[in-house]
Amino acid sequence: MQTLVAYVENKPGVLNRVSSLARRLAINIDSLTVGPTENEAIARMTIVAHTDERGAHRLEASLEKLVDVLLAENISTRALLERDLALIKVSADQQNRPHLMELIKVFRARVVDVAPESLIIEVSGAVDKIDGLLEVLRPFGVLEMARTGRISMTRGGDLLQPPVEESSGSELESTGSNVK
Amino acid sequence: MKLIGAEILCESLTRLGVREIFGYPGGAILPVYDALGKSKLHHVLVRHEQGATHMADGYARASGGIGVAMATSGPGATNMVTGIATAMMDSSPVVCITGQVSSKVLGSDAFQEIDITGITMPITKHNVVITKAEDIARTIREAFLIANSGRPGPVLVDITKDAQQAIAEFNWEASEPKLPPKRLRNNHDQAEFDRAVEMLNTAKRPIILAGHGIMVSGAMRAFEQFVRTGNYPVAMTLLGIGCFPADNALNLGMMGMHGEAWVNNAIQEADLLIAVGMRFDDRVTGDLRTYAKSARKIHIEIDRAEINKNVKVDAALVGDARDVLERLMPRIQTCDHSAWIRHVAELKGDSAVRDIQSLPDNGHLYAAHVINDIWKETRGEAIVVTDVGQHQMWEAQYYHHNRPRTLITSGGLGTMGFALPAAIGAKFAKPDSEVWVVVGDGGFQMTMCELATIVQEKINIKIAIINNGFLGMVRQWQEFFYDKRYVATPLVAPDFAALANAFGIRAERITKRAEVIPTIRSARESAETVLIDFRVEQEDSVYPMVAAGASLSDMIRRPNSPLVETATEP
Repeated sequence: MQTLVAYVENKPGVLNRVSSLARRLAINIDSLTVGPTENEAIARMTIVAHTDERGAHRLEASLEKLVDVLLAENISTRALLERDLALIKVSADQQNRPHLMELIKVFRARVVDVAPESLIIEVSGAVDKIDGLLEVLRPFGVLEMARTGRISMTRGGDLLQPPVEESSGSELESTGSNVK
Repeated sequence: MKLIGAEILCESLTRLGVREIFGYPGGAILPVYDALGKSKLHHVLVRHEQGATHMADGYARASGGIGVAMATSGPGATNMVTGIATAMMDSSPVVCITGQVSSKVLGSDAFQEIDITGITMPITKHNVVITKAEDIARTIREAFLIANSGRPGPVLVDITKDAQQAIAEFNWEASEPKLPPKRLRNNHDQAEFDRAVEMLNTAKRPIILAGHGIMVSGAMRAFEQFVRTGNYPVAMTLLGIGCFPADNALNLGMMGMHGEAWVNNAIQEADLLIAVGMRFDDRVTGDLRTYAKSARKIHIEIDRAEINKNVKVDAALVGDARDVLERLMPRIQTCDHSAWIRHVAELKGDSAVRDIQSLPDNGHLYAAHVINDIWKETRGEAIVVTDVGQHQMWEAQYYHHNRPRTLITSGGLGTMGFALPAAIGAKFAKPDSEVWVVVGDGGFQMTMCELATIVQEKINIKIAIINNGFLGMVRQWQEFFYDKRYVATPLVAPDFAALANAFGIRAERITKRAEVIPTIRSARESAETVLIDFRVEQEDSVYPMVAAGASLSDMIRRPNSPLVETATEP
């Protein structure tokens, strides 16, 4: 599994270009999250892909060839903070409710909705933690689940920022003129 | 200045230096055609939109500039798909402009509405829909910038009819391209560069793999100097042909599936491959597990996505070929590889193709003779545009190109039907050059409608149909790998000479070798287009051949049968 971060233009069709590219390279995407950045013109993607290092290089370099992709980087080997968020609706009756609450506490999850027959649990953290909670909840009966997919950020001073407007078109040395 | 969108488009194209547009009108692009009529742009009316894209592609490849194709929405746009994919695979800068239904009805399955940007997303470098007249000038400038920068490629611009008709302020200066900022990659990793220099200066058996990128970057002079200093033998990819003179003693010829045996053997024996502007296509490498096992590899390439894609390399120098070569030059020691070069010359041995002109006439007419005679008669100076198949490989083997952009062929996609329209485009790019089409009887029938375009435009090209009554390359595979079961490859063709006459084009039919040269001469003397139907040997094959997926060392060599031997090896 490889993790890539991409900064893209925040406009229609860009997600399509990114996912279409992965499809063309026959790379299966495990999760892809998109959200705005502090600059509303730019969105940030975290792409988790089923591929090896060579495949990730190809995906990274091919993504950067897309006009709407400002930067793409494989961060798999770097020190990362990863987060996934899940909402899990689990069946809960009078009898097992206390046991459930105990487990939720251990996993530092929260109950965000209570109904006579069920609870909704919110949990965030690394993928392993959510998978672990899911594992222990399964015997109670998981009725529904929604997960956001991973978002990742490199730790500490290892910054991954979008390129600034100043370098606009600077990689394109041609004047765009057809005059020879 | 207030203009309608269609006028803004024509004015922008004119300012970008466009002279010709290859296209076909229709409802959703009519406002642009109306504006075209009032502009100085010359519109070439094609007979099928695929032809328009191939013409724009041929124009781009012959000139190094950008070719422009135009079509209406729906079927006009979808007919362009093959031509766009052809340009994409061969990194050719083509801008396609399509009309689109009005933005108010987008998505309603309106008459002749099709999502052409969706369709062409994987086969364009970039594409875009314009729905506002005020966006036209800037977007067209961006399309031109994208198409011909970095690794070139096709860009499609889809313009809704209401954007063509709306009035907007036209201000060229204020319409500067505004592309998203890109991270500037540090392509000059010093350690990588030093490693490459060390490899270059210590190799005993180096060989250069020269590709299309040399031409695209205009690196011919730098490359020639690099080769001369390092004394490196040079093998060419199909699309690289012309970037280094064929008559230079260090030029070994084409590599790969139909490369000569000595070229492939030299690659297999080399201790260093220096790949410049090429992408290790499977037709070049054969089986990757056995490819150049004893060689270290340097890859000079502008597209980072090509690095380690097919062949794992020891040093990757990402950048424009000319820049990288010029930076390498001061660090390259003058090398004497004479022992290695002598060895490569010995590899030629008896497999070297001797002058097939001096063969006795055995009553058969072979394609190789025809192409070799065209080469001799044109002194190797013509622009030759080929289609795809056997004739294409024979052209690469027997027409020796000394100048860049004189062989135009569909390499990556292998598009039959490319030659005739691409040659028309090439002629518009280089009106003073002699342009020859070398095409098979199969591929010619795919786009022969463009003969009418030739007549309507009154242009002068020479068309050599290598007519063997088969889809020759497929027949060859059936002969070699399917026990001669010729399924769907025997091909009935019209009388091409009569057909050409019906279009108003002079034509000849040749069946004997003695007629070849006089006919080529008389065709060259004519100021008009001439078509020559060369009825060549039917079951001739291209040798040597590396079967698809086989090792480069495992070539099917020329057989000793007298018939085939006379065809390609005296």
